[in-house]
Amino acid sequence: MSTETENEGPKVDVVDDAPSLLGKGGHGGVGDAVRSYLQRVRGGDMGPLPAVGGLVVLVVIFAAANPLFLTERNIANLFTQAAPLVTLGMALVFVLLLGEIDLSAGVTFGVAMGVFVKLTQPGGMSWPLALLLALGIGVAVGGFIGFFVARIGVPSFVVSLGLFLGLQGVMLVIIGAGGTYRLIPSPIRAIQNQNLPPWAGWTMLAVVLGVLYAVALLDRRRREKSGAPNPPATIMYAKLGVIAVLGAFVVFYLNQDRGTAARSLEGVPIVVPLVLLILMVGTYVLDRTRFGRYIYAIGGNTEAARRAGVNVTLVKWSAFVVCSVLAVVAGIFTVSKVGSADAAMGREIVLSGVAAAVVGGVSLFGGRGRLVHAVIGATVIAVITNGMGLLKFSAGANLAVTGGVLVLAATVDALARKRSGATGV
Amino acid sequence: MSAIIELRSITKSFGPVDVLKGVDFTAHEGRVTALVGDNGAGKSTLIKGLAGVQPYDGGQVLFEGSPVTLHHPRDAARLGIEVVYQDLALCDNLDIVQNMFLGREELAGGTFDEGRMEAEAARALQTLSVKTVKSLRQKVASLSGGQRQTVAIARSVVKKAKVVILDEPTAALGVAQTAQVLGLVRRLADSGVAVIIISHNLQDVFAVADDISVLYLGTMTARLEASQTSRDDVVGYITGTKRMTEVDA
Repeated sequence: MSTETENEGPKVDVVDDAPSLLGKGGHGGVGDAVRSYLQRVRGGDMGPLPAVGGLVVLVVIFAAANPLFLTERNIANLFTQAAPLVTLGMALVFVLLLGEIDLSAGVTFGVAMGVFVKLTQPGGMSWPLALLLALGIGVAVGGFIGFFVARIGVPSFVVSLGLFLGLQGVMLVIIGAGGTYRLIPSPIRAIQNQNLPPWAGWTMLAVVLGVLYAVALLDRRRREKSGAPNPPATIMYAKLGVIAVLGAFVVFYLNQDRGTAARSLEGVPIVVPLVLLILMVGTYVLDRTRFGRYIYAIGGNTEAARRAGVNVTLVKWSAFVVCSVLAVVAGIFTVSKVGSADAAMGREIVLSGVAAAVVGGVSLFGGRGRLVHAVIGATVIAVITNGMGLLKFSAGANLAVTGGVLVLAATVDALARKRSGATGV
Repeated sequence: MSAIIELRSITKSFGPVDVLKGVDFTAHEGRVTALVGDNGAGKSTLIKGLAGVQPYDGGQVLFEGSPVTLHHPRDAARLGIEVVYQDLALCDNLDIVQNMFLGREELAGGTFDEGRMEAEAARALQTLSVKTVKSLRQKVASLSGGQRQTVAIARSVVKKAKVVILDEPTAALGVAQTAQVLGLVRRLADSGVAVIIISHNLQDVFAVADDISVLYLGTMTARLEASQTSRDDVVGYITGTKRMTEVDA
């Protein structure tokens, strides 16, 4: 076509002389990376920082107030106590990212576990079959919510509130008012009550680090191949180093004998590698697959996602199914810990699950947050419950403090949004 | 020069209202064609038909000389027709690369090939000589209006679009940013793309367009070369006080 600019009218020129940062992808040295991170934080994108800070403060306070808090036995107990909430929090992240909510996630696992425990009573079904059925209930409930939310357009708050009430009724029918069914011993029981042998704990840590390292290396190789610059390797090693040190500390701690003189008890509870697996697979899905990317896109701007060719209905629907199935997994961890199922199972935990995600830095408005945020947030709430229990506070005080933390976290989120609204656009 | 897109006697009505009454329109590779007209003249309807969002009732659409049907946005996308909407359709919570590749992510071995996408995004922005973006991994929320428009336009480059339709690309921008975006539009056309730009701002139209097509109440009243006409003439056609009896293609 025509050469250069020969059109009349105001002269148009965008090329300024500032050295182009393009092709650097914004990555420079370590200093640049740190600076850009600090800038993001100042801009309101704090992620889990407040929760991590809060966690450190809480641990210090509880450790100072009660010497029992940091004992090996209590730490191990903390892990198994936190596991159901951590898992439920991760489940909810999938729908919270869409800007939706699932208030029925708790009773969903209540129903699924009620069915599971009842069916596996002596003389009943084999546990693997019952487990499949329980997960199937998760798929069905998630599909039900997804249908009304994604296809019909009913607000998820209303649909899941309806299910929250309705499924409690189902629970009463299955279990009977005031009834309790004991979980019969099975591998399900072992999840929260048995530990890995010490060597397996170390193997677990090595596998996690190995996978993270391999993925990071693969990424760098790919970027190099396409000519995209890599962030400084130091950052990668620093991240891996932090995970390695924290992980080694935890594994070492849990591998200490925390039993009595009569019976030794040591090792990482079996639930820990299961939760880690969910965290890693889930993070992989959210960060590296279309499904995950589209969840973020829909949470950010549904119309934009639709115009870009994203099947919004299908993605939303699937996200609700993922949420409900993971909720059932949280139920498995609960029933394994508690050892029984009653008609009220899962009724209260759902709001703590939402709180866990929000405390960890997942936005209720959609589009912002990661699975690890829910893990951190759930840990905060579990530490509060555990620590205040040790200090002999009443359950009432515990609930009040947890509620206060939630409001605080939501306030931080709202302020951060305001701030990023002011700096951006 | 042959047209990449040619519309022949396109009609469209909503109930009893004839919005397009036999409209002819062409767009050429490497040229910026401005589509102007007053509110209600049928600009949006014409564009929605091209995008496949609202199919035309009658008439013929020729793409690179052969007749095509545009019944679905997918049809348009397959031909390489991209629309950059006024409200930009970007996700604030995603970064520039993620936005540019939304819906057409590059996969390798089942996962995102971020390196490849980042490199291609950089190349697309380079074709448009964009140098105002600091980092490709910036969230779109942190960009200015002009930069957001830049990302939206660059997205069509990544998609290797042959025809890019811009709906009021400068409507919400300040003076400097308008100049930036118009420069971008020019370079997009210079790279061989047929650009169709809808604008109310005649100053912008004359700054960037090669051809000007004027819609007046559902008919194409004028098709002009920008260098051969004046602003007063175009205003005349838009308001209906002037009329072209015969139109040279």
